[in-house]
Amino acid sequence: MKIYLDFERPIEELELKIEELTQLSGTNGTGLESEITALRQRLQELRKEIFLGLSPWQKCQLARHPERPYTLDYIERITTEFTELHGDRRFADDPAIIAGFGMIDTIPVMIAGHQKGRGTKNRIIRNFGQPHPEGYRKALRIMKLAERFNLPIVTFVDTPGAFPGIGAEERGQSEAIATNLMEIFSIGVPIISIVIGEGGSGGALALSVADRLVMLEHSVYSVISPEGCTAILWSSGKVLNQDDYARAASALKMTAADLMAFNIIDAVIEEPQGGAHRDPAESAANVKRYILREIEKLRGIPVEQLIETRHQKFRNIGVYAENAGQVS
Amino acid sequence: MAWFKKTAVTSSDPSKKVKIPEGLWVKCADCKEIVYRKEFEKNLKVCPKCNYHSRIGVKERIALTTDAGSFVEIAVELQSCDPLDFTDTIAYKERILSNQSKAGLKDAVTAGTAAINKNPAVVAVMDFSFMGGSMGSAVGEKMVRAAEAAIEHRLPLIVFTSSGGARMQEGIFSLMQMAKVSAAVGRLKKYPLPYITVLTDPTFGGVSASFAMLGDIIIAEPKSLIGFAGARVIQQTINQQLPDDFQQAEFLLKKGLIDKVVHRKDLKTSIARLIRMLRGAPKNA
Repeated sequence: MKIYLDFERPIEELELKIEELTQLSGTNGTGLESEITALRQRLQELRKEIFLGLSPWQKCQLARHPERPYTLDYIERITTEFTELHGDRRFADDPAIIAGFGMIDTIPVMIAGHQKGRGTKNRIIRNFGQPHPEGYRKALRIMKLAERFNLPIVTFVDTPGAFPGIGAEERGQSEAIATNLMEIFSIGVPIISIVIGEGGSGGALALSVADRLVMLEHSVYSVISPEGCTAILWSSGKVLNQDDYARAASALKMTAADLMAFNIIDAVIEEPQGGAHRDPAESAANVKRYILREIEKLRGIPVEQLIETRHQKFRNIGVYAENAGQVS
Repeated sequence: MAWFKKTAVTSSDPSKKVKIPEGLWVKCADCKEIVYRKEFEKNLKVCPKCNYHSRIGVKERIALTTDAGSFVEIAVELQSCDPLDFTDTIAYKERILSNQSKAGLKDAVTAGTAAINKNPAVVAVMDFSFMGGSMGSAVGEKMVRAAEAAIEHRLPLIVFTSSGGARMQEGIFSLMQMAKVSAAVGRLKKYPLPYITVLTDPTFGGVSASFAMLGDIIIAEPKSLIGFAGARVIQQTINQQLPDDFQQAEFLLKKGLIDKVVHRKDLKTSIARLIRMLRGAPKNA
C-alpha cells in the first residue's frame, strides 16, 4: 500500500484509475489499451506539473516522506559487501547513525549516515533518525579509520536533528557535534556529503563537513525546522497550523534550489519523477553516478590542497557588511 | 465554575502587584530575591543570596577581565546582512537596526587584543542583549578573525560565550557558521596557543555545539545554563521530569563536560594563571 501526501492525491487517483483499467483489459481483452496509454501519459505530465510547482513546505513533507529511501536503502543499492561497524568505544552503539565500509563498483569507501526506521518498531529503534553523542563519535572514529587506510568517505544526511534528551545532554551532545565539525576538516581523504532527505540543523551538519556538499532535488536543509521556527518567531500563544509552517518553510529558504543559489551546496542530484520514493533504484543510480564521478576528481588532488580547499570553502560562507554604514 | 475563574482574575490583576521602584532594587533572575542594587553591583552582578551570575554586557566583561585600557577592538564594523530577506514579526533588517541602537553594538560578539594581568591575548565576548547572542554571519566571521588574529600574533584566545544558538533569521548561513568557526578553532589548535572558553548564562545550540565546547580548557560561571537543546524542548520531547540542576554549570562539571566552575570575581586571575602556566614551559633543548 503506497502512501500519498496531500498534494500527491491527484496522482493517486490517476494511478488507481490506470490500475483498474489495466485489470479490466487484462480480464476481458477489450480495447482499453489506447486509453491506458493516454492516461499514463497524463500521469507523467501531472507528476511533472505537481513536482515542478512544489512549495518549500511541500518539499519539506516530501523530504520526510515515510517511503523516501533512507541511508540503508542507498547503501543496499550502491554498494556490495557493505560491512557495518558499531559503537563509539566509549558508551554505546547508536542505531540512529550507520557507519561502515563497502564497495562501490571497485572502490572501497567508508559510509556514514543518519538512519530513520521504517515502521513503528524500527522508527523507535532508530530514534527517528535523531542521534545521541555516541552516534557522532562512532562516525568520527570510523572516518579516522578511513583516513588511515586512504579510503574516500561518503555521508548521507537525513535527520530531523540531534536528539534533545537527558542522556544526550549528560554525555555531551554539544561537544560531540563540535568535535566532529572541527576534526572532519583535517581528515585527509575525499569526503562527499549527500543530503538525501531532511537536513536538520547541527545534527545534520555534524555529518556534512565535506569537499562536496550536495542535495537530492527534493531534500531540505535548514538551521531549524519550519515547526520550530514558527513556534519561536510567530507563535505568541496561538495554535499553529499548516499555513504557519508553510510560511516559515518559505522564509527559511531551505530547498536544494535555494542552497544552490546561495552557493552553499555544490550540486543538486536529480530525483526520479514523483520523487525518490517512487523509484528508489533510479534515485540510487543517480547518487552512485555522482559519487563515482566526484571521487575520481577528488582523488587526483594532493591531500594538503584537498584540506585547504575544504577549509576555504567553509571559511568563505557568510554574508556580512564591513563598512560604517547601514545594513544592506 | 465561578470559583476558579475568580482566583485567576485576582492573581493576574496588575494593580494588586507589588510595585518595585525602578533603579533602587533588582530582582534576581534565578531565585527571584529582591536585592539592593548597590550591593548587587558591588558583587559584580552576582546575586548575594543564591550566587546566580546575572548576564553582563561586553563593556562590563572587558572591564572585569582585561587590564584597564588594554583592549583594542578588531573588525569593529562587521555586521550582519539579510541574505534571506527574512521577516518574522518585523523585518530582520529592522531588527538588526533596533538591536544595534538598543545594545550599542554592531552585532552579538566583540573581539580584540588585550592584556589579562599583563598576559597578552585575543579576547572575544558575546553579548546576550543583542538578539539573544545569536550567531549569524557577522558573529561567525568575527570569531574566525579572532582565531586568525590569535594565530597571526601567536596569542592565546579567550572567548566568553552567551548565546541562545544560531540566528534563525539567517537560515542556512547561520548554521554553516558553526562549521566555519570550528574549522578556525581547529587551525588554532595546531599551535601551542591556549584556547580557553568561558561559558556564561546561557550557552546553547549552535554556539554550544561549536566553538564553546571546543575549548582546551572550558570554564563556566556558577549556575549558568549550558546545553545543546533547551530544557523546554527536551521536556516536550521526552515528557519526563528533568533533574533540578539540569544543564547548570555544576551539573556539567559533575558530568565531566567542563573543567571548572569559577566565580566571576576570580575569573581574571584564573585565566591569567592558566595562560601563564600553559605558555611558561621552558623549551626542550
